[in-house]
Amino acid sequence: MRRTFPLVIAFTMGLLMMIQYFIPHPISQKFYKIMVQQWLIIISIFFYVFAWRSFGLYHINKIKRRKEGWWASVVAFVGVFFMLLAGFGDRIPGGIGHFIYKYFNFDDLYNYMFAPLQATMFSLLAFFIASAAFRAFKARTMEATLLLVTATIVMLGRVPLGASMWKGLPKVVEWILMYPNMAAQRGIMIGVGLGMIATSMKIILGIERSYLGGE
Amino acid sequence: MGFWDRFLKIDRRWVFLVVWIAVVIPLLKPLGLPTHITPPVKKLYDYIDRMEGEDKAVFLSFDFDPSTMPELLPMGVAIIRHCFAKKIPIIVYGGLYPQFVGMAKMAIDMAKTDFPDIVYGKDYVFLGYVPGLSLVILSIGESIQGTFGNDYFGNRLDTLPLTMHVDNYEKIGIVVDLSGSSIPASWVAYAYQRYGCRIGCGTTAVSAAQYYPYLQTGQFVGMLGGLKGAAEYEELLERNGIPTGRRTATIGMDAQSVVHLLIILLIILGNIGYFYVRRRERRA
Repeated sequence: MRRTFPLVIAFTMGLLMMIQYFIPHPISQKFYKIMVQQWLIIISIFFYVFAWRSFGLYHINKIKRRKEGWWASVVAFVGVFFMLLAGFGDRIPGGIGHFIYKYFNFDDLYNYMFAPLQATMFSLLAFFIASAAFRAFKARTMEATLLLVTATIVMLGRVPLGASMWKGLPKVVEWILMYPNMAAQRGIMIGVGLGMIATSMKIILGIERSYLGGE
Repeated sequence: MGFWDRFLKIDRRWVFLVVWIAVVIPLLKPLGLPTHITPPVKKLYDYIDRMEGEDKAVFLSFDFDPSTMPELLPMGVAIIRHCFAKKIPIIVYGGLYPQFVGMAKMAIDMAKTDFPDIVYGKDYVFLGYVPGLSLVILSIGESIQGTFGNDYFGNRLDTLPLTMHVDNYEKIGIVVDLSGSSIPASWVAYAYQRYGCRIGCGTTAVSAAQYYPYLQTGQFVGMLGGLKGAAEYEELLERNGIPTGRRTATIGMDAQSVVHLLIILLIILGNIGYFYVRRRERRA
């Protein structure tokens, strides 16, 4: 029953959602409206319940066992609850929550702490890319040489300096992106699309069951 | 050990230092390099521009977090400024994930400084987060009021003049999605394919290549690719006399130019060293 019931739900709802797309009958449209505006959004709220559970279990386990970097888990908990209290602390009468809400503005914490920290982490990529390009980007084979030459043209043509060197360079870059790149991207997309259809059909028909856990 | 051997084994911290210098100097002393306008940016600009005086709104979705803020935030600010200047109604949506909302708020705060006559509720509305991810895109097609209920500030959407009038994709001229992930493809799959709403996209330079098929098919009206796309949009605003404020993308492009040139130089030197050492080893 624990396995059959979810399979029946997946089959029925998958089939109904497919049918309603092709039949614009008022009943079908009503079903669709209830489905996307109520049921699915309500179900998606449970993502957060699971996310909180995973977050809590992972970090509590790490702190309990004093695993390497356990202090970072403490920082994670402090960060999460601090931000929560900065946003909702006024709803908790008295105590630390009210204090944090009063003296720490949620928007300021986002704008002046979270945003710069995350942007800094991501911007470190520029340094690693420069170093990696210097060490690893070598014209060892014909394919690597092609990639290297194309990347160099695109890198130069996508910045104003390239256009200042030669006015035609941005047009060459647009051509590379619009034709060779697009042909490759489209091939990948068609492959991914066919894969998605096949996987969806396997889920609807109950052949693919890994989403139920186990097996 | 010769020069090239030592050069190829250089401590990477020297590379980091050179990159840092290449970023900082153009930021402190901008080079003022001219911005070349590419067709995907021009198309998106023109499409929004033509909406002036129409009965439809622009729906701008901020689907990015601070990690891609340097590239995508200037796009959001520029598009909001464009709409404010042309009095095109705009619905700013805080995105499909909760951490995106702050980006939208930041963009509105930056853009509205030069437009004191803009009225909230009439000229623009700010929608916050609701759970559902791509289902929200489908749900907007049925009803914005039904999906969100209230705006970011807690006002009921059926009391605001703009959202009383614009309740689904029928009254939305274009959805512009700003994202460094695959979210723009979801807007195409659900908003364009199902409801026929036109889509524009602003994405990071690294993601831009994957969206060219959507441009060619017309599923995207236009696209802003990376910091360059944002700089081009700022340039178009300036050429048309629209206040741009501090052109952060254009300033950033100088630094990006120098860093790209530096990386190319490093690749060339790395290859010269590699072939020199290889040839010497073969001879030996």
